[in-house]
Amino acid sequence: MMKDLKNMKIGLFIPCYINAVYPNVGVASYKLLTSVGLDVDYPLDQTCCGQPMANGGFEKDSTKLAHRMDDLFEKYDYVVGPSASCVCFVKETYPRLLEKEEHECLSSKIYEICEFLHDIVKVNHIDSYFPHKVSIHNSCHGVRLMKLSSPSELNIPKYSKLHNLLSLVKGIEIYEPKRVDECCGFGGLFSIEEPETSTCMGEDKISDHMATTAEYITGADSSCLMHMEGVIKRKKLPIKTKHIVEILSASL
Amino acid sequence: MSSHAKAAAQFIKNTERTAWHDQALFFVRQKRDNVAKNIDEWEVLRTKASQIKEHTVSNLEHYLTTFEKNAKANGIQVHWASDADEHNKIVAEIIENHKAKKLVKSKSMLTEECELNHFLEENGTEVVETDLGERIMQFLKLPPSHIVLPAIHVKRQEVAEIFNKEIHTDANNSDPAYLTQAARMHLREKFIEADISMTGVNFAVAEEGAFVVCTNEGNADMGTSFANVHIASMGIEKLVPNYESLGIFTRLLARSATGQPITTYTAHYKKPAKGKEIHIILVDNNRTEILKDKDHSNMLKCIRCGACMNTCPVYRRTGGYSYSYFIPGPLGINLSMLKEPKKHSGNVSACSLCYSCSNVCPAKIDLAEQIYKWRQDLDKYGEADPMKKMVVKGMKKVMGSPGLFYAAIKSGRLINHMPRFMVYNGLNDWGKGREMPVIALKTFNEMWKKGEVRSNESSKNK
Repeated sequence: MMKDLKNMKIGLFIPCYINAVYPNVGVASYKLLTSVGLDVDYPLDQTCCGQPMANGGFEKDSTKLAHRMDDLFEKYDYVVGPSASCVCFVKETYPRLLEKEEHECLSSKIYEICEFLHDIVKVNHIDSYFPHKVSIHNSCHGVRLMKLSSPSELNIPKYSKLHNLLSLVKGIEIYEPKRVDECCGFGGLFSIEEPETSTCMGEDKISDHMATTAEYITGADSSCLMHMEGVIKRKKLPIKTKHIVEILSASL
Repeated sequence: MSSHAKAAAQFIKNTERTAWHDQALFFVRQKRDNVAKNIDEWEVLRTKASQIKEHTVSNLEHYLTTFEKNAKANGIQVHWASDADEHNKIVAEIIENHKAKKLVKSKSMLTEECELNHFLEENGTEVVETDLGERIMQFLKLPPSHIVLPAIHVKRQEVAEIFNKEIHTDANNSDPAYLTQAARMHLREKFIEADISMTGVNFAVAEEGAFVVCTNEGNADMGTSFANVHIASMGIEKLVPNYESLGIFTRLLARSATGQPITTYTAHYKKPAKGKEIHIILVDNNRTEILKDKDHSNMLKCIRCGACMNTCPVYRRTGGYSYSYFIPGPLGINLSMLKEPKKHSGNVSACSLCYSCSNVCPAKIDLAEQIYKWRQDLDKYGEADPMKKMVVKGMKKVMGSPGLFYAAIKSGRLINHMPRFMVYNGLNDWGKGREMPVIALKTFNEMWKKGEVRSNESSKNK
C-alpha cells in the first residue's frame, strides 16, 4: 500500500479558518504527511469550501466555490484536509452541487487527515512526544458523518480513529469527556444565529473536558476548537485547545 | 434573530434551570443508550421499523381499508376525519349522542394537534387529562413542553403550589410520593364519574382491526375500564400491518422514550365489551400531503417516542416553549414546517446540525438532514434572516475571489480580529460569549508562497 501511495500526488486542502487563523495546523499537516513519505502539494489561493453558506440555508451559493475547489484539486490522486466538517461537506454535497457522479469529482478522493492516516496510510508508528494530558473532542460531523469514532447513540462496536492515532504518541495521557460526543455548539451559522445557546453549549462542553483533568482539548475540527477557544479566553479557563495534527507532529 | 433564538436567550438566562433541564433530559437519553446497548439486534430493529413504516405508508390506502374492515367486523365504530375540525366535531357528536358531560383522557398528541380540549370545554364538556404530567399542565393552563414528559420543565415545588390551589394539598409538601398519591385520589373520582374515556393510539394493527395504547401510569386502562364509551383518536400513519410487525415497535418505543424495556401498560383493544362502545377516529389532518413530499415523507414514520428531544443539545438547553409549535425539538421543527412554514420558520435555526437525533430515532428518520433541507427553503418562503442573507452573499463574493479573500484577511489583521464576513455579521453576536479568533501573522497561503512550509527532512537539510 505504502509503495503505491509514494507515487501518488497528495493535494493539501486548507480550509479558510485554518488559512487565516490556524496556519500552524496547515504546517503540521504538511509535516505529518511528508513524514510518512508522501508527496504533498498545496494548490495556491484556496479560499472556502462553501459549507458556511450551505448550512445557513444557501447551498446554491456554494456552487461556484465547489467548481473552484474541484478545479484546484483536479490533478491530485488524493486530497487531504485537517477539518472533518469541511471535508465532509465536500464529500456529501459536491456531487449534487457539481451535478456529477461522486467518482467524477473531488468527493471520491477527499479525506480528513486522521481518516487518511488511519485507513489509507495505515500508520502504526508516529515519531511524536507530547507529555501532556489531552481530552479528545469528538466533533459531530467527525463522528456522525465521517465515522471517525463510533457514535454514542448506536449499538455498534466501539472504536475511535483519533484515539488510535493519539495512542502512538509517546508520553501522552488520553481522556474523553463524559458526554463523549455531545455537540460543542459551534454549528457554523448557528453560532451567531443562536449565540446564547451556542455559547451555553460551548461552556458545558468545556466543563466536561476540564473534568477529565486534561490540559488540552484536541480534535480533528478547527472550527469547534475555535469556538471553544473563544469561550475559554472569555472565561479565562485553565485549559487550551490544540488540533490533533499539532500533537501528532509535535516532534517533527 | 429568529423567534427560537429570542426565546432561547430568555430561557438560558436562568442558568440553574437550564442546567437542570439539560441534565434531567440527558439522563433519560443515557437510560435509552444503556437499554439500547443491551439488545444485540438494536440496529436491526431500527432498520426493520423504518422499513415497515416505509412499506405501510407507501400502501396506506390498502392498510387503512383493511383496518377499517377488520375493526368494523370486531364491532369497533370507525370514523374518518380529514382535518382537526372534522375530528373535533365527530368527538362532539359522540358526546352529544350519549348526553355525556364528563370526559377523561389519556395522553394524546393528536388531540393536542387538533386543539380538542379547548373545543370541548367551550361546548360545556368537562375534560380531565389523566396522565399525571398532562394533569399538571392542565392545572397550569399551559401546553406540554415535551411529548412524552409533558411537565419535565416544572419543578416539584411548583407542582405542590398548583396542587394546593386545585386539589388542596399541603402547599409546603413537595414530596413526590405525597403529590402522586394526592393526584391518584383526585383522578380516581374523575375516572368513576366519567361518561366517556378518550385515548390516543400508539399503533393500529391492520390485519387484526385492533389497536394498542401504551402508558406508564395505567390511566388509559382505568379510563376505558370505567366509562362505557371509549373514543380513540389516531393519525392515519399509526398503522402497522400485523402483530408480528407490532412486536418490533413495542420493543423500540419505551426503550427509545424513557429507557424502560417496555411501557408499564401496553393495552390492546380489539372489540368492545358487552354493553360498551369503542369508536376510532382516523385523522388525516395534512398527513396525505406530507406523504406526497419526497423530502419529508419520512416524518410519517414517527412513533412519537421523544428520543430526538432528549438527545437534542439545543432542546435540552432551551426548553419546549422556545419553539413556536406545540411539538418542540427536532421532530417539532420538521412537523411545524410541514404545517405552516411561514408561521414556524423561526424554529429552523434551533439546530447545530449535530445529527444525534437521526442516530437515536427508532424509525431512522433523517431528522437533521431534513432540517438542513428546510434551511435551503427559507429564502423561498421569504423567511431567511436578512442579516444572514447579506452575510452569505458577502461571503460568496469574497470567497469566490482569492484576491478579495486574502485582502480581507490582511485588513482584518490590522484590527487584530476576524474580518466581518468570517464571523458573519456586524452586530457581533459571536462576541456575546466568546472572544474573537485572532488572525495569524501570515496565512498558510503566504507561508507556502514564501517557502516557509517545510517538512522535517527539508528543514534538516538546510
